[in-house]
Amino acid sequence: MSNGAPPTSSRPPTERAGLAAPATIKFSPEQLAEVRRLQGLYPDARGALLPVLHMAQDTFGYLSLEAEAYVAGLFGLSPAHVHEVVTFYTLYFQQPKGRHVVGVCHNLSCHLAGAQDILRHFEARLGIARGETTDDGRVTLQAVECLCACEAAPMAQVDDRYEMQLTPEKIDRILDGLR
Amino acid sequence: MAETVLMRNFGRADSHTLASYRGAGGYAAWDKAQTTEPAALVDEVKKSNLRGLGGAGFPTGMKWSFIPKSHTGPVYLVVNADEGEPGTFKDRYLLERDPHALVEGMLITARAIRSALGFVYIRGEYVQPWRRFSAAVKEAYDAGLLGRGFDIVVHRGAGAYICGEETGLLSSLEGKKGWPKIKPPFPAIKGAFGQPTIVNNVETLCCVPPIIERGAAWFAGLGTKTQGGTRMYSVSGRVKQPGVYEASVSITLRQLIERAGGVSGTGRLKAVVPGGGSAAILTADEIDVVMDVDGCRGAGTMIGSAGVIVMDESVSIPEALLVLARFYAHESCGQCTPCRESTGWIEKMVHRIVEGHGRKDDLDTILDVAKRGGGTTICAFYDGAIGPYISYVEKFRGEFEALCRS
Ligand SMILES: Cc1cc2nc3c(=O)[nH]c(=O)nc-3n(C[C@H](O)[C@H](O)[C@H](O)COP(=O)(O)O)c2cc1C
Ligand code: SF4
Ligand code: FES
Repeated sequence: MSNGAPPTSSRPPTERAGLAAPATIKFSPEQLAEVRRLQGLYPDARGALLPVLHMAQDTFGYLSLEAEAYVAGLFGLSPAHVHEVVTFYTLYFQQPKGRHVVGVCHNLSCHLAGAQDILRHFEARLGIARGETTDDGRVTLQAVECLCACEAAPMAQVDDRYEMQLTPEKIDRILDGLR
Repeated sequence: MAETVLMRNFGRADSHTLASYRGAGGYAAWDKAQTTEPAALVDEVKKSNLRGLGGAGFPTGMKWSFIPKSHTGPVYLVVNADEGEPGTFKDRYLLERDPHALVEGMLITARAIRSALGFVYIRGEYVQPWRRFSAAVKEAYDAGLLGRGFDIVVHRGAGAYICGEETGLLSSLEGKKGWPKIKPPFPAIKGAFGQPTIVNNVETLCCVPPIIERGAAWFAGLGTKTQGGTRMYSVSGRVKQPGVYEASVSITLRQLIERAGGVSGTGRLKAVVPGGGSAAILTADEIDVVMDVDGCRGAGTMIGSAGVIVMDESVSIPEALLVLARFYAHESCGQCTPCRESTGWIEKMVHRIVEGHGRKDDLDTILDVAKRGGGTTICAFYDGAIGPYISYVEKFRGEFEALCRS
């Protein structure tokens, strides 16, 4: 897919049409109560860091440095610690992502079932390379490691759903359904 | 066909609900366990020859007995539902189709190890299994099964294969990046939040209710001399009917492939991964191996998570290794020099070979690098990576050489 154009994902966030970051990074009072409930579930409140980061990402669209600092404040942790955590895990996004995230598995069983062709079909239909987001902010496309649904290879995760036994026709239908 | 133990409820309508589970006799084992002394529960599981089904195959009852008797503080039970081993999908089925079997297994185990708090660490990508299991936990609270001496916290991961390694998982559960820790101390001595902790796989704990209900001798009798029971084999790749198959651990790889409908593609077998991506590969004439812990060990590989990946004659072994080499380079947590550096370099070298720019002596370099690093790292991730590096190159050297420049 390399045509000399800069990959979409390297553009500064403001030019992106994905989920725009809300003006203020702040949880609602109900969400803050949920944070306290989660923190109370663990022998050390810090155990709730991953769940609260999931909440923050769902709320703010992605985990900006401001969001990291905000969450750090809720835990009495340093922003550096939270940054280290955020960067370790693949499900946390440090940049705006598309309204939908498609993760195509390219590990061994999916590879044996044609994962590379599946990835290329997604790329062609979306006009982006793996790792990029469409200009309209609709879809972020990723190649991911084994999603442990190898019996249904080739497969992909589309937002919360596992889409099994993919074919080009099935991919077209799935993409048509993403607004 | 062997008895169905773990998948016994999968065919029931609404098998994930409490009503359905109870209708099938669920929680009877827990009733029995409540009047049994903890030490007797541990003993029963020891006698059943149950061995961990998450990867390492460690005897479960023995692990439980490592909790220090003198310890008076909290003890935690942590369930490893971070399923991520390439070729493995059994825990997903259990979480979605029989979540109460896990809740019941946890209740009994918690009594055996005197734990009042359990965590279930579910990989972040498993959204549907997470919802299903969380709903089952809620039902169990509403029914008074939980919250009376034992609580369960359901925890979602955030995407990192290494969090399947038990100490990496504990780091992650504590709100840190998932860096594995040096053992000893083992989790049973110093685990989650610094307290004695038992980490067990989902499927392992789902074996516990049947063992308590029907007895250790029955369970031991289902398996081989050194491993009891049945287990769920995930079969994928070039077979006609990929899926999860429950069988006695005495089944052979050949029989298992037959149960999955036989080889697809060309119909002629080339190689099989017997126990998840990290297991050494077996050639077509090595498939009479018994699929238990010791059978696979004897064949120079490992049963691991029992993820079977079948490759027919048309599959390129160098390309298959490249896929795995990329995976290990991507997933190494980076703490140990041999693991961080070798996984990266070996991926580059295999890539170069597959692209047709490799040299034959690259193969010796790969073997040399892989063999040197074994056993020198903090966790078994790297040992899991060198299994494929070495076995693919040694057993299919001709195929690699054919791609190399002379
Ligand atoms: C790199 C690596 C990945 C692992 N991934 C998993 C996993 O996804 N699920 C699992 O249950 N065990 C996994 N394990 C094994 C765990 O460390 C641990 O042995 C297991 O959870 C113990 O439970 P068991 O005795 O019931 O098998 C992994 C080990 C290593 C070294
Ligand atoms: S062996 Fe690899 S994955 Fe394990 S701790 Fe060391 S660097 Fe991390
Ligand atoms: S290899 Fe794709 S889901 Fe396992």
